[in-house]
Amino acid sequence: MSLLGKLSIEAVPYHEPIIMVTLAVVAVVGVVIAMLITKYKQWGTLWFDWITSVDHKRLGIMYIVLAMIMLLRGFADAIMMRTQLAMATNGAPGYLPPEHYDQIFTAHGVIMIIFMAMPFMIGLMNIILPLQIGARDVAFPFLNNLSFWLTAGGAILVNVSLGLGEFAKTGWVAYPPLAGLEFSPGVGVDYYIWALQISGLGTLLTAVNFLVTVFKMRAPGMKLMQMPIFTWTCTWANILIAASFPILTAVLAMLTLDRYMDFHFFTNEAGGNSMMYINLFWAWGHPEVYILVLPAFGIFSEVISTFTAKRLFGYKSMVYASGAIAILGFIVWLHHFFTMGSSANVNAFFGIMTMVIAVPTGVKLFNWLFTMYRGRLILSVPVLWTLGFMVTFTIGGMTGVLLAIPGADYVLHNSLFLIAHFHNTIIGGAVFGYLAGFAFWFPKAMGFKLDEKTGKAAFWCWQIGFLLAFMPLYVLGFLGMTRRLNHTDNPDWNIWLYIAAFGAFVIAIGIFFQLLQLFVSFKNKEKLNDTTGDPWNGHTLEWSTASPPQFYNFAKIPHIKDIDAWTDMKERGDSYQRPEKYTPIHMPKNTSAGVFMSMSFTLMGFALIWHIWWLAVVGLVAGIGVFIKRCYTSDVDYYVQVDEVERVEATHLSANTVGGRS
Amino acid sequence: MSIRNLFTLIVAGAGLTLAGCSGGVLDPKGQVGMDEKNLIILCTILMLIVVVPVIFLTLYFAWKYRASRDFEIYTPKWAHSTKIEAVVWSIPILIVVSLSVITWRSTHALDPYAPLEGQGEHLTVEVVSLNWKWLFIYPEQGIATVNELVFPANKPVAFKITSESTMNSFFIPQLGSQIYSMAGMETKLHLIADEPGTYKGISSNYSGAGFTGMKFNAIATPTEDDFEAWVASVKQSQTSLTSGAYEQLAEPSENNPVTYLSKVDDGLFHNIVMKYMKDHGSMDFYNKPENAAMGEHHAMPEMQHSHHQEDAQ
Repeated sequence: MSLLGKLSIEAVPYHEPIIMVTLAVVAVVGVVIAMLITKYKQWGTLWFDWITSVDHKRLGIMYIVLAMIMLLRGFADAIMMRTQLAMATNGAPGYLPPEHYDQIFTAHGVIMIIFMAMPFMIGLMNIILPLQIGARDVAFPFLNNLSFWLTAGGAILVNVSLGLGEFAKTGWVAYPPLAGLEFSPGVGVDYYIWALQISGLGTLLTAVNFLVTVFKMRAPGMKLMQMPIFTWTCTWANILIAASFPILTAVLAMLTLDRYMDFHFFTNEAGGNSMMYINLFWAWGHPEVYILVLPAFGIFSEVISTFTAKRLFGYKSMVYASGAIAILGFIVWLHHFFTMGSSANVNAFFGIMTMVIAVPTGVKLFNWLFTMYRGRLILSVPVLWTLGFMVTFTIGGMTGVLLAIPGADYVLHNSLFLIAHFHNTIIGGAVFGYLAGFAFWFPKAMGFKLDEKTGKAAFWCWQIGFLLAFMPLYVLGFLGMTRRLNHTDNPDWNIWLYIAAFGAFVIAIGIFFQLLQLFVSFKNKEKLNDTTGDPWNGHTLEWSTASPPQFYNFAKIPHIKDIDAWTDMKERGDSYQRPEKYTPIHMPKNTSAGVFMSMSFTLMGFALIWHIWWLAVVGLVAGIGVFIKRCYTSDVDYYVQVDEVERVEATHLSANTVGGRS
Repeated sequence: MSIRNLFTLIVAGAGLTLAGCSGGVLDPKGQVGMDEKNLIILCTILMLIVVVPVIFLTLYFAWKYRASRDFEIYTPKWAHSTKIEAVVWSIPILIVVSLSVITWRSTHALDPYAPLEGQGEHLTVEVVSLNWKWLFIYPEQGIATVNELVFPANKPVAFKITSESTMNSFFIPQLGSQIYSMAGMETKLHLIADEPGTYKGISSNYSGAGFTGMKFNAIATPTEDDFEAWVASVKQSQTSLTSGAYEQLAEPSENNPVTYLSKVDDGLFHNIVMKYMKDHGSMDFYNKPENAAMGEHHAMPEMQHSHHQEDAQ
């Protein structure tokens, strides 16, 4: 047996021009970035201030950078699929043979959900949640760093599959028996398994970390029913993660045993049963969509109440509605396979349970409406995303309820109607929410506001592009077009496929405007500077800190008396008050253990994918070794001395008294 | 702008599909599909009762309460109203309750496993998804076809469905429901064509490289005699479907032409469903060919969905 397992030079797809050009571009960009870092002598900053940082704000920024890079990758896949389907009409083969195309739609799904949406959501939660509850960091800062690098490790594996071997050709759900060894003997499914396992572990640890943070580290006085709504929705999402990700871990572990050790959990032979995989997968997969969308609901609530300069209408309803969604989200998984032959009673039960979710979701929409009622709404970029969401998501919700009716699902299941529906909720719900949150909290994280003009242009391109790209898919679903087709031969479909492809290019312009927005804003940083730390006259505690926040967040932990704690403090004249005296602040030290541990496990994953057994052992032992060493390290914290706190606070306070604020 | 776009698209889409020139699920040619279309339309209308006002109010409130209109009443601390809360909870509850009643009834009425009531005797067709083609076995006629399904219009068809290998979904959009085909298991579907015609059939669940080519024509003949004539023509075919020939057919292939098979081994479908169970006892890692524990598993595939037969009786 070779020392390199299944790995050989043949694993490089050098006969695929599209992939090779992509790799060349990535290589060039990588070299340029490395040269720039060298030129500006930033390697030290990168290592000491970012990669090894345990600061939740910096980790949050790194999550969002990861999400944006993966958005570009996942979107490139999307554009390729849409152009393939626009070209491959009337029986033409198009330019992507199934061998390549099938990998692309699998990668698109995996990347967009696991490596774009999740890191984006977790990034925003990282930056904002501890600030909103008046905490100095999360409960386990080192674990937070480890979680990020585990997520990044999974993302690295997905991207390595582009240049070494292949990615899964199974669809993002990887149903056996297709994903079993018999029908997918290549390394693609193994890349899928290990990328999801490693990043999934990171996600699970994040949820545990933030649950402990929320339950143990709220500022004094803040009752659970006084937590900011974004914190609440994140908490529900974290409960869902803690309850559902272990199912994913288990089901992937069983698939791994099937593929590596000839087990027969899901094979056709020897008593295996693929229906078990499908059930378990969706027992994770359905809560997963609520994990994505609940924090977005929180963001919309914060944005609407801030920019109408009003309290959020029906706070309690919002909290309970989110909780109802979280709990109901766990008992509806079967609606993903009404067509598997369950009895009418079972199908009807899961259908009705699914519809019940429309009740708390509908309540939320009404509550956002009544938050606007008698307010003073500023049509800022975050508000545009929110309004776009409210209109778009309502349609997505309606089509979702339609799909929840088994009788309708029998003809719409797996059709492009379904594709339109979940993009309608995930883009129109989750992604619009993250982009609203991005524009809303950008000044908090970075210290300057985003350019409005390019931001609005980006919104309109996304909104119009979305409608053009996905409304035709509803029609195509009604016309009987199923998903994952490589080419079509039905003239009635052509026009809709062309419109959808055009829409994808309009979204591409939207993404271009977002990149341009970052560039323009960075260039005009001085003009867009947020000196006050409270650019939108915010309601919650994150706006009481400087922008970017002091590395210890709060010099003195505030005492909370109201849901809108910061508004309350401003009204009582308690804001920007210098406390009588500062005390030293206990802070965690940065550590390289997280990045070393996760890279060791990523190496192990890579070795397992290629059956390089010795290297897998090396990776595993190294990862555990780093962990043990970390466990025996006692030099993990320090105190920020009073003089330093005084210096930092003086800058923040003077900005807000000289600046004319009270 | 966005909303106008949206409505243009919806209207255009609805117009095109409802016009009936489409051949999709909104242009059904059988009772099951017809009921499902009506269900879709009814439920959509019910939901639009909430959806349209929400979209309208969103845009209206955003316009009416924009900051530049500072003459509007402004109530920054107003955040609760029991009356409004009661209304916003009850509206979706009422809609969902009515949808639930519709769902419960329609799910039972449209149960794919239930034979179509009052339509007389069903024609039985056994469906096997292979990589990547469809095999249709007519047990009563003793014939089989690849990628072509023929049956008389106005006669209900009982499909028994299984898979040789990967999972597919057996779907003729214009006739109604689809059901998965899964190896080692038998699923059921009952459909009828109310009009003679040729309808497109597909696999609606991705199953690998040749998936796109898993297409067949479902042809509803005008009369039973036409169907019998077609059966007779299939019986003229020189090829037959013995177990050996089946093994050959099961080899992966793409874009298969229509093939007629004049003779079929008795019990072939049953053997395909049971094949993984049969191999079960003799697998290499079970040293004993007759493993006592295996006996229980033999019953599995038939047990899997047997409750339906009880329901039906």
